[in-house]
Amino acid sequence: MEAIGRSSWSPGALPTLTFDLVSKNSNPYNRLNPRPIKKMRGEAEQQRNPFDSLTEEILFLILDRLGSNPVDKKSFSLVCKSFYAAESRHRRTLAPLRSDLLRRILARYPSIARLDFTLCPRVTDGALAAAADALRSSLRSVDLSRSKAFSSVGLEKLAVNCTSLVEIDLSYSFYLNDGAAAAIGRARNLERLWLAKCRRITDIGIARIALGCPKLRLLCLNECIKLTDLGIELVASKCKMLQSLDLSYLAITEKCLPAILQLPYLEDLSLPECVGVDALSQGCTSLEVLDMSIRQQVFDIATCQHAKCAGLSSITNRSLGLRQMGLTYYIPVTCFLQKLPRLQSIKLSDCEITSTELKAIGTSCLSLKELSFSKCSGITDEDLSFIVSKHRDLLKLDITCCSEITDVSLANITSSCTSLTSLRMESCNLVSKEGFRLIGQRCHLLEELDLTDTDLDNEGLKAVSGCFKLSSLKIGLCMNINDEGLVHVGKCCPKLQVLDLYRCTGITDMGISAIGLGCPVLRMINLAYCSDITDDSLRSLSKCLNLDTLEIRGCPQVSSVGISAIAVGCRQLTKLDVKKCYDINDDGMLSLGRFSQNLRQINLSYCSVTDRGLLALASISCLQNMTILHLKGLTPNGLKNVLWACNGLRKMKLHSSLKSLIPQHILEYTQARGCMFQWSNKPYQAELVPNEIWKQQSRGMPV
Amino acid sequence: MDPKLRRTSESAAKSCAQMMGDRSRNFNLGQPFIQCNPTNLCYGGKHEQTFPEFPSALDTETQSLYQPEHEVKSINQFKPSPNVNNAILDWDPRLVLSNLSFLEQKIHQVQDIVRSIINQEGQFSNRANEMVAQRQLVTADLTSIIIQLISTAGSLLPSMKNTLVSTNPSVGQVGSIVGARTSFGINGSQQQNEVIHMEVPKASAYDDLIEGFNNRGNEGSELIKGLNAQGNEGDELMKCLKSCEGEGTESIPVEDHEVKDCDDGADGENLPPGSYEVLQLEKEEILAPHTHFCTICGKGFKRDANLRMHMRGHGDEYKTAAALAKPHKESTSEPALIKRYSCPFVGCKRNKEHKKFQPLKTILCVKNHYKRSHCDKSFTCSRCNTKKFSVIADLKTHEKHCGRDKWLCSCGTTFSRKDKLFGHVALFQGHTPVLAVDEANVSGISDQVQGNEVINGMVGSMDYNFASSTLDDVQILNIKGVDDGRGCFSPMNFDACNFGGLDEFPRPAFEVSESSFSFLCSGSSNFIQRSGDN
Repeated sequence: MEAIGRSSWSPGALPTLTFDLVSKNSNPYNRLNPRPIKKMRGEAEQQRNPFDSLTEEILFLILDRLGSNPVDKKSFSLVCKSFYAAESRHRRTLAPLRSDLLRRILARYPSIARLDFTLCPRVTDGALAAAADALRSSLRSVDLSRSKAFSSVGLEKLAVNCTSLVEIDLSYSFYLNDGAAAAIGRARNLERLWLAKCRRITDIGIARIALGCPKLRLLCLNECIKLTDLGIELVASKCKMLQSLDLSYLAITEKCLPAILQLPYLEDLSLPECVGVDALSQGCTSLEVLDMSIRQQVFDIATCQHAKCAGLSSITNRSLGLRQMGLTYYIPVTCFLQKLPRLQSIKLSDCEITSTELKAIGTSCLSLKELSFSKCSGITDEDLSFIVSKHRDLLKLDITCCSEITDVSLANITSSCTSLTSLRMESCNLVSKEGFRLIGQRCHLLEELDLTDTDLDNEGLKAVSGCFKLSSLKIGLCMNINDEGLVHVGKCCPKLQVLDLYRCTGITDMGISAIGLGCPVLRMINLAYCSDITDDSLRSLSKCLNLDTLEIRGCPQVSSVGISAIAVGCRQLTKLDVKKCYDINDDGMLSLGRFSQNLRQINLSYCSVTDRGLLALASISCLQNMTILHLKGLTPNGLKNVLWACNGLRKMKLHSSLKSLIPQHILEYTQARGCMFQWSNKPYQAELVPNEIWKQQSRGMPV
Repeated sequence: MDPKLRRTSESAAKSCAQMMGDRSRNFNLGQPFIQCNPTNLCYGGKHEQTFPEFPSALDTETQSLYQPEHEVKSINQFKPSPNVNNAILDWDPRLVLSNLSFLEQKIHQVQDIVRSIINQEGQFSNRANEMVAQRQLVTADLTSIIIQLISTAGSLLPSMKNTLVSTNPSVGQVGSIVGARTSFGINGSQQQNEVIHMEVPKASAYDDLIEGFNNRGNEGSELIKGLNAQGNEGDELMKCLKSCEGEGTESIPVEDHEVKDCDDGADGENLPPGSYEVLQLEKEEILAPHTHFCTICGKGFKRDANLRMHMRGHGDEYKTAAALAKPHKESTSEPALIKRYSCPFVGCKRNKEHKKFQPLKTILCVKNHYKRSHCDKSFTCSRCNTKKFSVIADLKTHEKHCGRDKWLCSCGTTFSRKDKLFGHVALFQGHTPVLAVDEANVSGISDQVQGNEVINGMVGSMDYNFASSTLDDVQILNIKGVDDGRGCFSPMNFDACNFGGLDEFPRPAFEVSESSFSFLCSGSSNFIQRSGDN
C-alpha cells in the first residue's frame, strides 16, 4: 500500500498502480475484461479478497488523485466489487456520450453533482427527467450547452426536483424560448446561469429568471438579442447578488446602466458590442450622481466604439477596485487611468495608441500584472521600454503584431520584467537572434512563448529553450529553424505541453524524436505541412502518453503505420487531423477504431481511406466530428452505412456532390439523431502548396 | 318710416336681444345652446346698424313706398297660398331684379314680425291645431323667400351681404326655436297670424304703390347693376349663406372628435379674471341630447348638418344647394370678447363661484367635464364589464384597447405596456410575468396583437377621415344618410357601427393567419439555426 501513497499520480501512472496491486496480491483479474470477475467470484469470496481491507476513505483518496481521464476511473472500477462500488459512490461528475442510457448510468452513480451533456448529440426531456428523478438534491450543476432536443418540460423537472441546483449552462441553445426561461426560473437556488446565444428568450423570460432566482451570482446573456433595457433592469434590481454579468451584443442602452452599477457585488461586467451603450458618455451625468460602492474587478467594454472618455471615467471613478480592463478598438485611455491605482490588467486590442497614452499607462497603474497591445498600431520601442521599466512585476505581455518592436524593446523587457511568465510576440519581424538570446537568458520563468512568424533561427531556439519551465511554445512559420534547434527544446523543456511547428519545413524525424523523448507530458503538437515528417516521428510521439491533439496535415510521407503507432500509444487522442496524408489507408483506421476510444474529431480529407476504414471508425463511440472531403474510396453506400453506424455523430463535413447521392431519409434520420451536415464544395486540390508561395498568398490577402 | 312699424321693429330687436340674454341665463329648458352663442348676441347690434342704412340707399319716395309694399307682399304670400310652391310661383322671374331691394326689406319685415310675435308671446293660446298648420306655412314661406332670394340674387348687390347676414340667421333661428318648443311655436304662429290679419285691410291701399314701384324699378335695377359691377363673387355670397344658415358650425369639429381633449380647457392659459366673459349653462342644457331641432316636426339632432339633411324630407325647397350648404360663421371685424364657461355645479373648481375658478374653454369642454365629474358613469364596457364611463367617447377609446392587454401578471392584472408590467413585478413580491399559454404561439400572439393594433390604427384613421369628411363634404354624406336612414343618421353612430364591424369580424381571421404564419416562422427559424451552426 505504500506504493500507492508514494506513486506520483499523473494520469499516465495508473497502469503501474494496477500492476503493483496485482503483483503484491497475486490477483489474476484482468483489468480490461470484467468477465473473469464473475467466474472467480466464488473463489474470491472463499479466500478473502485482499482489496476489501482497503477502507472506502482510502479508495476515495486514491480516486481523488486520479486524473481527469475517464479511462483511469474505468480501469479502477474494474479491479473488484469494492473498487467498483467506491468509484460509483465517489464519482461526482458525469459526461455521458448519449442521453438515452442515462437512467441506467445514474442507477450506478447515485451522487453525481455535475452532469455534463456537452458530448450528447441530443438530450431528451426524458433524460433530463430521469436525471432529476435519480439525483434529486445531489445534482448541483448541469451543462446543456450546445445540446438539442430538450425543452422546457425537462428543464422544469430539473429545476423543481433538484433543489440544490446552482449552475445551469444553456449556451447555444438557440431554440430555447421563454417557456424554458420560466422553467429555469423555478430553480430557486440557482447561482450561475449561462444563456449565451439563446436568441429567442425575451424580457418576459428573463424576468421569470430574475424573479425566480434571487441568488444568481453569474449571468451570461451574451447575444440574447431579444432582451431590452426593461429585462436587464429587472435583473439588476432583483438579483442583488450578481457578481458577473455578461451583456455582450445586447441591444441595451444606458437606461439600464444605473441599475446595473448599483449592484453591490458586481465584479465583472461585460459590455462588448453593446452599440446602445455609447451611452456611457451621456450616462455619465447621472452616474456621477449615484452613490456606487462597486467593486468591479473586470470591466470589459471591448468595441464600444462610441464610448467616450468622459463616460468611462465616470464609471471607473467609482470603481477603485477595478482590476482588469479590456478595451478593444478603443480610445484615449489617459484620462481615467490615474484613477485606477489597483488596475491589474489592461488589454488593448486593435487600437491606435499614441505615445502619451502609453506614457500614461506607464506612470499611472503601478500594479499592472497583465498588459496586452495585441494588434495595436503605433507602439514603438521607446514607449514600450518606458512602460516595462515602470512595471517590473509584469507577468504577461502581449505584443502580437506590434511590428515596430526591435531588440531594443526586448532588451528592456527582459531586463525589467524578469518574472514574465507569458510573452506573445507573434509577427514581430524586427526582433533578431540577439533578442531571442536575451529572452532565454533572463526570463527563466517563462511558461508561454509565442514566436510565430518571427525570424527565429536555431541559435535563437537554443537560447529560448533555456526557459526550462516552458509549457507552451509556438514557433510556427519560423522557416529558419530545423532539427538542430528543436533538439535543444527536447532536451531542455521537459514540461512542454503545447508545441506548434506549423510549416516549419526544416523539421525532420530527428527533431521530433527528441521531442518525443524529452517532452513526456506533451498534449498537443502541430506538425502541419512539415512535409519531411515520416512514420518514425509518429512512432516517437507515441511515447507521449498524454497526447490528445495531433495535427499532421499535409505530411505526405506519413502512412497507416505511424497512425497505428499513435493509436496504440496515445490512448488520450481526441483530435486528429491527417488531411492530405495520402498514404493513410484503412489499416490506420482499423487501429484507430480499435485503440483510440477517446477520439472525438477527425479530418480524413484526401486520404486513401475507403468505406471499410470509415466503418471501423464507427466503433469509436466518442466520435462526434468528421470531415471527409475528397475521399476517393468513399462510395455513397459506404457513407450511408457509416451514417447508420456512427450514432454519436454531431457534425459531419462532406462534399456537396454526395448530397444528392445519399437517400434523403438517411440524412433526415442522422439529423434527427443530432448530427449536423456541412456541405462543402471546395474543388479537389491534390498537391501541396509550397511554403514560399503559401506565404506570399497569405500575406497578399487582406487580414 | 312708419313710426309704428319702426317701433315694432325696434321692440322686436329689443325683444330679440332680451331673449338672447334670457337664454344665456338659461331661461329656456332644452333650448339649443349652440345657437345661444355670441353670434346671436352680436346680432342685435348688427341689425340696428344695417337697418338705418337702407333709407339712405333709396330716395325718400322709394322709402315711403317700400314699407307698405312689404306689408302687401307678405300678405300676398301668406294669405292665399296653402301650398308652399305657390309662393315661389308668385315670383315673376322678370321682376326678380327689380324687386330685389324689396325682397331684402320684406325679409326684414317678416323677421320683425316674427320678432314681435315672440315679443308678445303668451298672449294668445288657443286654436292650436289651426295654428300649427299656419305655422308650417309661414315658416315654409319664410324659408322659401330666403332661398329664392339667395338663388336668384346670385352674385348681386354687395350691400345685400350685410342684410342677408343680419336677417337670415334670425329667421332660421326663430324657425328653429319655433320647432323646438311646440307651445312656443304655436304661440308664435298665432301671433303671426294675428299680425297678418291686422294688416289685411291695408293691403288694397298698397296695391297701387306696388305698381308705382314696379314702374320705378329701372332705378332699382340700375342700382343693382352698378353694384353688380363691383364684382361681388358668388362664393362670397355662399360664405354669407353658410354663415346665415346656422351657427355652431365651428363647434362641430370638436364635437365630432368629442374626445377628452378639452376638459381641462383653460388650464394652460392664464387669463386675468376680468378679461373674459363667463357663461354658464344649466344642467339640463348640458345634458340635452339634441341641440338642433326641426322646425316642422320638432325632431332633434346633434348636428345642424343632420338637421339640414332631415329638412330635405320636408320639401323640395330644402334640397337646393343653398339650403344644404354649410353655414358659415360671419367673421366680425369687432374684437369679440373671449368667452369662457362655468360649470353649473356649485363647489366645483370649474364653477365661477369657486375661489380658484378655472374656466372651461368651450361648450364641449363643459359637456364633457360635467358628464365626467358630476354624472353617473352609465356606460359600461361590454367586454370587461368593469370599466364604466360617463362620456361615450371615453368608452369607445377604452374599447379600442380593452381585452388587448397582452402583458399579464401572475396576479391577473393586465397591462397594455410591457414597461408597466415590469414596473409592477418589480414592485410586488411574488408577482411574475405570465407567458402565453402556448409558447409556440407567443410570437404569433404578439404579432397578432400588433396586427390588431395596426388594424385599430387603420380604423382610427378611417374613423378620423370619415368624421372629417362628414364635416367637409356634408352634402354628400348627409344626403346619403338621409336617403338611407330617414334623418336618424349621425356620423357618430355611423362611426360606432363601422368601428364595431371592423373590430369584431376581422379578428378571428387574423388569428388564424397569424398562427399559421408563426408556425411557418418557427419552422424556418429552426432551419436557420441548423444551417447557422455549421
